[in-house]
Amino acid sequence: MSLTAKDKAAVKDLWAKISGKADDIGQDALSRMLVVYPQTKTYFSHWKDLSPGSAPVRKHGKTVMSGVADAVSKIDDLTSGLLNLSELHAFQLRVDPANFKILSHNILVVLATMFPNDFTPEAHVAMDKFLSALALALSEKYR
Amino acid sequence: MVQWKAEERAAIQAVFAKLDYESVGRETLTRLLVVYPWTRRYFGGFGNLFNSEAIMANPKVAAHGIVVLQGLEMALKNMDDIKNTYASLSELHSEKLQVDPGNFQLLGDCLTVVIATRMRTEFTPDIQAAWQKFLAVVVSALRKQYN
Repeated sequence: MSLTAKDKAAVKDLWAKISGKADDIGQDALSRMLVVYPQTKTYFSHWKDLSPGSAPVRKHGKTVMSGVADAVSKIDDLTSGLLNLSELHAFQLRVDPANFKILSHNILVVLATMFPNDFTPEAHVAMDKFLSALALALSEKYR
Repeated sequence: MVQWKAEERAAIQAVFAKLDYESVGRETLTRLLVVYPWTRRYFGGFGNLFNSEAIMANPKVAAHGIVVLQGLEMALKNMDDIKNTYASLSELHSEKLQVDPGNFQLLGDCLTVVIATRMRTEFTPDIQAAWQKFLAVVVSALRKQYN
């Protein structure tokens, strides 16, 4: 299910509309992930405060979304573009790749709450495909 | 048996209270058929499902969206025994409709997204958690009769 030209255009189009709120999106998606899927908290035992909107959650939301922004700019070759990030996740963070799907779902939910008119069914499918492709690129170095 | 906290029951009631079955049902099914196009295999008798405009305008999609939400309402009214409430629905989906149960999750995700567009910031993380727990119980009940 690779990204068609239409998908890439839809992703860039949507990204142009939402990138101004990237930090808020990241913070909200991460907050929801930690509340709705409490097992994901196991990766953040070193944080003082895991509650929605807390300082570590806000900071990490920014980090995650700058990764997504980077991926948008490298949409034509995610695998090579995200090699370093893949190594980070594979060898250092060792996040179970099943969790990429969980975070992606919460990003989509946040986009739905914040941009209900722009997040059309077409934008939804393109974004879902993009985040899946992103997750696949992140998993590249795992084994 | 599933345990529901008072806040969870309240959250799920709150989501349903604002649900426009016609609008939400139609958009949910539209998103399912657009975002996960292989699900069109189950709707051969629905006519034109070739693109999102056609799907959105399709009267059979609209009618079926309402049917799905009415089914969910049954679970809402019987939250303490969803498993038994859904026994015949589960049999229907497995024996007659022969739906791959993986699709229940996909429909649930689409419904969650549509509810998010309607409720916006009112769809808080806590309400989302309760709502997704409810959907998980519904999906599990629908899977029960598959063998």
